[in-house]
Amino acid sequence: MLKAIILIGGPLKGTRFRPLSLDLPKPLFPVAGFPIIQHHIEACQKVEGLKEILLIGFYQPSDAFKTFLSRAQQEFHISIRYLQEYTSLGTAGGLYHFRDVIQSGNPECFFVMNADVCSDFPLTEMVDFHRQRSHACCTMMGTEASREQALNYGCLVENTDTHEVLHYVEKPGTFVSSIINCGVYLFSPEVFKHIATVFARHQEDLPSDDSFALGSKDSIRLEQDIFPMLTGDSKLYVYKTQNFWSQIKSAGSAIYANRLYLALYHKTHPDRLAAHGEGMPSIKGDVYIHPSANVDSTAVLGPNVTVGANVTIGPGTRIRESIILDGASIQDHSCILHSIVGWNSTVGAWTRVEGTPSDPNPNIPFAKLDSGELFSEDGRLNPSITILGRNVTIPAEVIVLNSIVLPHKDLPHSYKNQIIL
Amino acid sequence: MLIEQSRMKALILVGGYGTRLRPLTLSRPKPLVEFSNKPMVLHQIEALAEAGVTHIVLAVSYRAEMLEKEMKVQADRLGIQISMSHEEEPLGTAGPLALAREILAGDEEPFFVLNSDVICDFPFEEMLKFHKSHGKEGTIVVTKVEEPSKYGVVVYDNQSGKIDRFVEKPKEFVSNKINAGMYIFSPKILDRIQLRPTSIEKEIFPAMAGDETLYAFDLKGFWMDVGQPKDFLTGMCMFLTSQRQKCPEKLHQGDGIIGNVLVDPSAKIGDNCRIGPNVTIGPDAVIEDGARIKRCTILRGSVVKSHSWLDSSIIGWRSQVGRWVRMENVSVLGEDVIIGDELYINGGRILPHKSISASIADPQIVM
Repeated sequence: MLKAIILIGGPLKGTRFRPLSLDLPKPLFPVAGFPIIQHHIEACQKVEGLKEILLIGFYQPSDAFKTFLSRAQQEFHISIRYLQEYTSLGTAGGLYHFRDVIQSGNPECFFVMNADVCSDFPLTEMVDFHRQRSHACCTMMGTEASREQALNYGCLVENTDTHEVLHYVEKPGTFVSSIINCGVYLFSPEVFKHIATVFARHQEDLPSDDSFALGSKDSIRLEQDIFPMLTGDSKLYVYKTQNFWSQIKSAGSAIYANRLYLALYHKTHPDRLAAHGEGMPSIKGDVYIHPSANVDSTAVLGPNVTVGANVTIGPGTRIRESIILDGASIQDHSCILHSIVGWNSTVGAWTRVEGTPSDPNPNIPFAKLDSGELFSEDGRLNPSITILGRNVTIPAEVIVLNSIVLPHKDLPHSYKNQIIL
Repeated sequence: MLIEQSRMKALILVGGYGTRLRPLTLSRPKPLVEFSNKPMVLHQIEALAEAGVTHIVLAVSYRAEMLEKEMKVQADRLGIQISMSHEEEPLGTAGPLALAREILAGDEEPFFVLNSDVICDFPFEEMLKFHKSHGKEGTIVVTKVEEPSKYGVVVYDNQSGKIDRFVEKPKEFVSNKINAGMYIFSPKILDRIQLRPTSIEKEIFPAMAGDETLYAFDLKGFWMDVGQPKDFLTGMCMFLTSQRQKCPEKLHQGDGIIGNVLVDPSAKIGDNCRIGPNVTIGPDAVIEDGARIKRCTILRGSVVKSHSWLDSSIIGWRSQVGRWVRMENVSVLGEDVIIGDELYINGGRILPHKSISASIADPQIVM
C-alpha cells in the first residue's frame, strides 16, 4: 500500500503569490482550470496501490478547503485528509508530527510532494525505481538546471551508474551540480528513524524557554537537516526526469504552469481542451474553458488561456497567455495578454490588459523560470505579468501594463508599471 | 471690389524639408500632406483665391516635382497662377520676398505673405480692408496665446493697431498676442529686404515698428501652427470644430460616430465601430468592424483592422494597423507601414515601409 503527502504550507508562505493568495490559499489557485494541488492528486490517483492522500500544512481549515476536499474525495474515490500543523513545522517536522497517521496501515512507502511545483509527476516510474533499490530510504525526483540557476535550488551530485546521491546541499553559494531537487520524494518508512534522530538533537540543542525560537525547536527541514545526512550511504537516490517541471512561486509563474498543464492535457485529459467548431469562439493552441463560461463566438482565445467558471467574454475580444478567474467579465473588443484577471473583475470595452511574460530563457539549455522578484536591484518594479486581484474594475478604453492591482479597486484611468494598492 | 483685387498676389513661405513633420514628409512635401483631407497648402491657396488673389508664389528651398505637378493641377482648377520660387540657399523668412521681388513689386497693390504651417479661418479680405484703412507698409495678424512667455509677443495700441515693439519670451506679462505668421504688405517693404538670408520677424519687423509703419490685425477664432505632429492633431480638432460651425453638412454622421468626424466618401467603415470625436478619415481608407478611433488622422488608403483602439495618432498613406492594436500618444506612421496584430504603440514615430512586429511601449523612433 502506498500513500502520498502533499505539503501545502500556510498563510504566511506564498507571499510572492500575492495579491492572488490574499483571497485563496495558494494551493487552491486554479492553474489550467483546476486547483494547483488537484494536479498532484490526479497524478497520485493513477499510481496503483496508492490508497490515501494527506495534505499537511498550517492553513486554518477554511470553507474553500473543506469544499475542495469533499469534492476531490468524491471525484477521485480516494481518501483525502487535511492534517493541520499547530505551527510551521518545516518540511520534515510536519511529517514527523503526523508520523503515526502516515504509518497507519503500514504503507510500503509514501510520496511527499511540495504543493508549489508543477510537473507531469512520473510517480509510477519513481515507485519502480525505488523498488529496484532495496536499501533506498528515499528516491528524490531531480532534473537538470542551468549552472547559474541551480544555485537557487537544492543541488545534488549523483553516482551516474547507480543514481545514488553522493552529496546534497540546499541553495549553495557556489556551483556544486546542475542536478536539482524537484521537491517530489518517495520515502520508505525508515526515514522516520532519521527524522527522529534530528528531532531528538534539536530538543537538546534548543532551550525550550527561548520565546524567539518558539516553534523552531520542532521545526525540521528535509532539505537542510535530512537529505545531507542520507547521502553516501546507499539510502538516497535521484530519479531524473527530462519532462516539464517548474516551481510555482510568483503569481507570474502561474501563467507558465498554466501553459505546461494545458500541454499535458493532450496526453491526460484531451476532453478539457477547448474544441473548434461552428458558432464557437476561435481557439488557437491550448485553451481551457469552464463549461459554465459564456464566451462570444467572435472572441479569439489562445494559446495558453484558461477561462474559469461563470466568466463572460464579450464579442471581438482577444485573450492570449492568460488566466481569467471565475466570475470575471471581459467586455467587447478588449485585449488581454500575459495577465491574470481576478475573480469577479471587469475589464471594460476596448481596454488592453497586458503583462510581460517571465518565461525561461529559451537560449539556455535547462533554463528554469527566474525567481520573479518584484523589484530590480535599483528599486524599480520589474516588468511582469499583469495581475488584477479579486473584484477589480478596469474602465473602458484604458491600458493596464505590467501592473499589479490589489483586490476591490476601481481604476480611474490607465496604469503602467505600478502596484496599485 | 473684385476688379480692384484681381491683380493681387501672395507669397507662401514653404521653406525646407518639413523635418518637424517627419515621418510624413519623407513621402511627400509638407504642403501636400493632407490636413483634414486636403493638402495643407491648399487650405491657404483656396482661401487666397477666394479673396481674389490671382497669383501665388510658393517659396521653396528644395525642388519637388510632386509639388510642382500638383500646383499646376490646382492652378488650372482654381483659374489662378501658381509660381515656384526656388531658393539656392535657404533665405529665411524675409529673403524669399526679395527673390520674388519682380512678381510682388509689379504694381502698387499690397500682397499677402503666409507661413505655410498655419491653419485658421483665413481672414484675407478683412486683412486687406484693415491694411488699406491704415495705409502703412505692413499688417501682421496676431493671435492670443495662453502662455505668452513661450513666444515672442507683439505690443501694440489696441485702438489703432499700431505696433510699438516685439518682446521675445517675456518674463513679465506685456502682451498675450503673438505673430500668427500671416501678413499683408505694401510693395514699399521690398526696399527694406536684401537678397540674403534674413529673418522677417527678427530683422525687418522691429525696424518697421520703429518707423511706426507696422500694424497688428487681431485674429478672431482658432489658429494653430500645424508643423509638427502634436500640433497637427490639435489643429485638426480646432479645424473640425470650426467646420461644425461653418458647414456641419461636411461632417460625418451615423451610428457610432461621436462629435466632429470628417470621412471621405470613398472610405469604408465597418460595423460596431466607435469613431470620434475629432477624427479625419481619408479616401479609400478602410476601418474594419469594432475599431475605436478618436483624435486621429487616417490618411489615404490605410486600413485599421478590427478591434483596434487608436487615439491621438496619424496613420500614414496605405498603412495597415493590425487587429487589437492599441496606438496612442502621438504615434505617427509613415507611408506603407504595417503594425502587426495585438501590438501596443505608444508615441512611436515609424519611418515609411516598415513592418512592426513588437510593441513600442515607450516613445521612440523606428528607422
